[in-house]
Amino acid sequence: MKDSMKEYWNENKRYLFILMGIWFLVSYVCGILLVDQLNTIRIAGFKLGFWFAQQGSIYVFVALIFIYVKWMNKLDKKYDVHED
Amino acid sequence: MDIQIWTYLLVGISFALYIGIAIWSRAGSTKEFYVAGGGVSPLANGMATAADWMSAASFISMAGLISFMGYDGSVFLMGWTGGYVLLALLLAPYLRKFGKFTVPDFIGDRYYSNTARTVAVICALFVSFTYVAGQMRGVGVVFSRFLEVDVEMGVVIGMVIVFFYAVLGGMKGITYTQVAQYCVLIFAFMVPAIFISLQMTGNPIPMLGFGSTLEDGTYLLDKLDGLHEELGFAAYTSGSKSMMDVFAITAALMVGTAGLPHVIVRFFTVPKVKDARLTGGYALIFIAILYTSAPAVSAFARTNLIQTVSNVEYSALPTWFSNWEKTGLVGFEDKNGDGKVQYLADPEKNELHVDRDIITLANPEIAELPNWVIALVAAGSLAAALSTAAGLLLVISTSVAHDLFKKQIKPDISEKGELIAARVAAAVAVVVAGYFGINPPDYVAAVVALAFGLAAASFFPAIIMGIFSKRMNKEGAIAGMISGLVTTILYILAFKFNTFGETTKEDWIFGISPEGFGTVGMLINFVVSIVVSQMFPAPPQDVQDLVEDIRIPRGAGTAVEH
Repeated sequence: MKDSMKEYWNENKRYLFILMGIWFLVSYVCGILLVDQLNTIRIAGFKLGFWFAQQGSIYVFVALIFIYVKWMNKLDKKYDVHED
Repeated sequence: MDIQIWTYLLVGISFALYIGIAIWSRAGSTKEFYVAGGGVSPLANGMATAADWMSAASFISMAGLISFMGYDGSVFLMGWTGGYVLLALLLAPYLRKFGKFTVPDFIGDRYYSNTARTVAVICALFVSFTYVAGQMRGVGVVFSRFLEVDVEMGVVIGMVIVFFYAVLGGMKGITYTQVAQYCVLIFAFMVPAIFISLQMTGNPIPMLGFGSTLEDGTYLLDKLDGLHEELGFAAYTSGSKSMMDVFAITAALMVGTAGLPHVIVRFFTVPKVKDARLTGGYALIFIAILYTSAPAVSAFARTNLIQTVSNVEYSALPTWFSNWEKTGLVGFEDKNGDGKVQYLADPEKNELHVDRDIITLANPEIAELPNWVIALVAAGSLAAALSTAAGLLLVISTSVAHDLFKKQIKPDISEKGELIAARVAAAVAVVVAGYFGINPPDYVAAVVALAFGLAAASFFPAIIMGIFSKRMNKEGAIAGMISGLVTTILYILAFKFNTFGETTKEDWIFGISPEGFGTVGMLINFVVSIVVSQMFPAPPQDVQDLVEDIRIPRGAGTAVEH
């Protein structure tokens, strides 16, 4: 593999690592593992842990995909592997 | 106008629309039949993916399930949305670049092995068949309630319609029909959600109404926790499953979502790799609209239900109760003979039976919304069930015609012959699915969970490692898929169907339910693949080149031509 392609791939993996980390954090950590602790915090009518499990995690998921799209479009251009 | 006429009207108009679109966009070539000619925009494709994905289970059953499960219902919400992050980030762009038609295509080529391809075809067929049977049943139930025909007749009507546009239209027909179906189903879900939210909390946005106060000034969720406590149920916001099990089920559903062949194939229908990434994002927005409203609807419906029936004279119950009582899906048994409904957690004293599947359908009636809204919900549930059924049928026909016939049994088959084989396969699949819709195995829900577990334990690791590891060889992948599949099937047989003797919850390994075991199967798949792959040589150079090639977006346009 050409060196620049290796770098491209490594940078892609780094993005994935960050985004999947957040993915794990909002769902498994905030919504499941720490749900009881977070439930002691309240925002309006929601207990925070419950909110993450039934609302917040989903909003974050949507944001994660769009951030990835944006980062990757930039990265594709930087390494000149974008389509047309 | 009464509900009956409204239902005929709205269902009739929406069906005319779907069929019109199917005729207008009839597929001419095999490529169009499978992947819509590669020319669908990401926005339209996202909408179609959302309709494809949101089945009768999402539309009809999910809000009801959450309504009865409270916090535990979060497994469906996180599981069925989080899977899209996996899809959009880890699978879709690379599979799109790979540019073939199906998942078994990828497995077969990447692992340079027809054995691997065959294992993948079997998995795809099994997952899709179990899934489609549930959809046909859903169609039958909706028809039987609103059009007052038998469930059997309802299923037959559904079969004819699905056959018409899936078999004649192919993927191109399906894509645009599914766009229309998404619009119908989301409108049908949101209208009653907004009405009820407004009615109960004064806030028209259900996601916010969910956290708002009721007329008496208490927060909805606090009120609900209080009601639950009074009646002896676990608090709505805490649930009763073990943390381990919630974790495992959520993971199995997420990974299963990312491994479902009828969802993956949608990402092949856009022109570019960057469009494939974007499709995941749009699809998730469209899905999230329903998935963030559903838990709000669940909480509204739960509160409404308890307040309307608990401790009320049977003779004073509203009309929706007697409407649904006729279907046998709600029931009242006056155990202590006081003429009032006692709805309690204690099964000895509880006098009310409510089937979870009716919550979404009965919700507008419980909230006394106008008749046209109730009819709209019927049209929406049909859109949800039919769009998913059509997508699945396409995977079945593709697996048979393309992966089995063209790639293995008869490679010299003409394009026309392949198209005919695909249509025949779809027709056979409709009939088989219809048969299971009319004579459902009494564990449809269990079989659907099985489908997710199997997708998680078989496809997902093989695809992921096919992209992210150049070292993964066919021996590793095949051993992994088979071991993941077999352990998951054995666990489900042992603890769900008690094939090897009676079992209870206490016997579950690590407290993980059969629904969540796909997660363990997936881990076994990963471990076995990696260990076995080390014992055999690395894949040939051309396969390693293929892996490098799919990691880079440029050149995807040409790759799809056959």
